[in-house]
Amino acid sequence: MRIEFEKVTHSYESSNPMSGLGLANVSCTIESGQFTAIVGKTGSGKSTLVKHINALLKPTSGTITVGDHQITPETDNKNLKPLRKKVGMVFQFPESQLFEDTVEKDIMFGPKNFGFTEEQAKEAASKMIEVVGLGPDYLTKSPFDLSGGQMRRVAIAGVLASDPETIILDEPTAGLDPVGRKEIMDLFKAQQSRGKTIILITHNMDDVANYADKLMVMHDSHLVGQGTPKQVFNDQELLNKNYISLPQSAVFAQKLAAKGFTFDQLPITISELTAEIKQQIHGD
Amino acid sequence: MDKLIIGRYLPGDSLIYRLDPRLKFLITFYFIGIVFLANNVASYAFLLVFVLFAVYVSKVNLLFFIKGLRPMFWLILFTVALQAFFTPSNDPIWHWAFLTLSKDGLVIAAYIFMRFILIIFISTLLTLTTTPIEISDSIESILKPLKAVKFPVTQVALMLSIALRFVPLLIDETTKIMDAQRARGVDFGEGGLIKRIKAFVPILIPLFVSSFSIAYDLAIAMESRGYKDGEGRSKYRVLNWSKRDNWTIVFMVLVTAILLLLRSYR
Repeated sequence: MRIEFEKVTHSYESSNPMSGLGLANVSCTIESGQFTAIVGKTGSGKSTLVKHINALLKPTSGTITVGDHQITPETDNKNLKPLRKKVGMVFQFPESQLFEDTVEKDIMFGPKNFGFTEEQAKEAASKMIEVVGLGPDYLTKSPFDLSGGQMRRVAIAGVLASDPETIILDEPTAGLDPVGRKEIMDLFKAQQSRGKTIILITHNMDDVANYADKLMVMHDSHLVGQGTPKQVFNDQELLNKNYISLPQSAVFAQKLAAKGFTFDQLPITISELTAEIKQQIHGD
Repeated sequence: MDKLIIGRYLPGDSLIYRLDPRLKFLITFYFIGIVFLANNVASYAFLLVFVLFAVYVSKVNLLFFIKGLRPMFWLILFTVALQAFFTPSNDPIWHWAFLTLSKDGLVIAAYIFMRFILIIFISTLLTLTTTPIEISDSIESILKPLKAVKFPVTQVALMLSIALRFVPLLIDETTKIMDAQRARGVDFGEGGLIKRIKAFVPILIPLFVSSFSIAYDLAIAMESRGYKDGEGRSKYRVLNWSKRDNWTIVFMVLVTAILLLLRSYR
């Protein structure tokens, strides 16, 4: 689903003396089927930006076009369900949204709100529990008996079960172990290959390098840079100004460069790095 | 959720901010008491001048106080209307079935309205200029004499300050959970009463769960830093009684004297 921000500004509590700016004149386009990563310091407006995509927040001025839906300052709070069905959102620490007495019911909650029948919702639950890497025997357990990582997977299943066209992820792997992190990220990449549009907020630059097609940099409510991860990670000035670090492979490449290696462009993933090193050591 | 002004602290600096919180706390209650002494136009006008003067000295924007009235609007309207229409009188201006509108009733309604304004303004002034932690410190200090009758003053004060500390945290948590459930297709404030109440189950359960886990974490954090039950703990924040507090008392005595004087003119 194509998403377009047009001069979107959002100020918090516009009528209150204690108001603050959340987004300042942001324009950008996210193409259908793309995996977009958004990075930036805490409080730079990343979460504010993505909350506009399913109208949890509405712009103070500007327009957001999501597929065939338009969100403007005048958008009514009613009839947002069709939009929210198409835009799934995995919040930070999504395990805190679990509330039903069985995992199955919790996963069925979203689909049923969006008009799935009981059977369709059940089917979605048993499918999704597999997708997130838990067995069908988990369906009858209480979500509160699970470990933190398992709860996270159930919560993600609950969002995916409504079959959204766009999936927004707000630091979905925060606090997970490295293996769990990779599994979860691979899961989202697999969703992309099934035609979903993915938007990922993250502080992990290796995830950006490994998974994203496009990278957007937020700073102080402004969108300060965008491009492919490769372009952005090679723009040293942009990175320094906005306190963005490099992926490990790029850091390693910089150290090699100091010892006499030459890179036209910094490699950002391990495979790119090893290919470069191989070539420079053996020559070709 | 963010619109609630009552009970919120606004950082600032002025004479009122620097007063001893114990004094502010006691004066607020004292003032709420003497509001009921006012019995004529002059005395209500005087109290209003006093409150507006206090607001002026505090250097807090008057807008905050007017906003503070908003959540109470219906209560005020209801009470004032009740007084206006149900005060029995011999010479009604307007009469219909059990409703009577008379001059006496209108005057009483106006007084009730003034009482609301005065009490809400003064208590908003207390909470806007005093941090919640200062308020709980002063409650502890004021309740200290109750230790003699084995009342657990320090524990109660600790409970109070923890509760106050967690209000903004729980509001944040609620907003987050509401957003998450909205994204899963919950509509708040739509449909009939039963449907609306049902919509809150997916919020309340996660909120309970996270409150328990926060409480558990907090208990561990406190114990790991050596917290032991109450007695003999020293204070990080020390309350200082100073000259300006004495002057404020003198000022309040004067205010009371003038009020009593005005009260006797009828």
